[in-house]
Amino acid sequence: MEGTTMAKIRRDKQRETPALATTSLPDIIFMLIFFFMATTTMKEVDYKVIIRPPSASEVQKIENKSLLRYVYIGKPNVENQKQFGSETRIQLNDAFADIAQIEEFIVMERSAMKEEDQGLMTIAIRADQETRMGVIQDVKQSLRRAYALRINYIATSRGSY
Amino acid sequence: MAKRKVSEINASSMADISFLLLIFFLVATSMETTTGLARRLPEPLPPDFKPEEIDIKQRDIFVVRINSLNQLMVQGELMEITQLKNKAKEFIKNERGDAHLPELFTEDFPDLGPIAFTKNHVISVMNDVDTQYKVYIDVQNELVAAYNELRNELAMDKFGKSFSELDEELQKSIQKVYPQKISEAEPKNYGGNNNG
Repeated sequence: MEGTTMAKIRRDKQRETPALATTSLPDIIFMLIFFFMATTTMKEVDYKVIIRPPSASEVQKIENKSLLRYVYIGKPNVENQKQFGSETRIQLNDAFADIAQIEEFIVMERSAMKEEDQGLMTIAIRADQETRMGVIQDVKQSLRRAYALRINYIATSRGSY
Repeated sequence: MAKRKVSEINASSMADISFLLLIFFLVATSMETTTGLARRLPEPLPPDFKPEEIDIKQRDIFVVRINSLNQLMVQGELMEITQLKNKAKEFIKNERGDAHLPELFTEDFPDLGPIAFTKNHVISVMNDVDTQYKVYIDVQNELVAAYNELRNELAMDKFGKSFSELDEELQKSIQKVYPQKISEAEPKNYGGNNNG
């Protein structure tokens, strides 16, 4: 009888766990990829200076990073100290720069931007907390001369006093 | 005639390829958000600029000086950074109409009604070339905090909500009552006027 054969088969064969259906795996991974692609911001540059930003309680998140251009201020890191000394230096993009080069840098960066964004360009001053204000003031003066008036002092968030 | 079958593309390695991409983005991602204090610099002065006499009454200025040893002098007295915010709030608001604090003007604001506020107050920050950036940021932060707290207090008082929860329109009216007026002295070689 059929029923008995069925029972026999079941008894004879060991029960196997069905293989996991992996056909949707690529789709899942793709979804993850898209998520990371959307949230990724590539590292801005290789730092040549050591920067420990100051902290402040009233910081705001910077929303539109494509409008940001960075000016890094700090002491050269170990690899660069031999060549550039241990005094506070300015870094623009991937290279050390002089105060005098800031204006040129701003003009170049601004002309590379879309026209409607040019007025919205913001200069992020990412400076080490030990920096003397003399340097910062010089930078600010050259930013003013270059008409880059929107600035942002990069700081980490902390509680208020 | 039998149609020649197009052989299917073997897609079993698709998962591996996408894994590779995924790992690349995982490594390249920095989730940290950039935060900072947004400020606006005053416009550059023309080269032949002569500092003009701006008529600001003594009572309307709040002077914060930071020396090379990172000490604060606020309105002529030595002060800890922790006290700065309350001192600044007291100055900006001038609740009791003190004659030594900035003059109060009453104006009718849209959405808010008549409010007495210190229209002409200015906060002036001066620092030495040797002042540490950290202390400068701390001072800026405390002053911004003073404004933010005052705006919040007003928003709470009028609408029962914090400033950030209000509509843009209402935020703008409140900003008109407490506009940020933090001026930084021009560095010495540009003359000693307060501009912006």
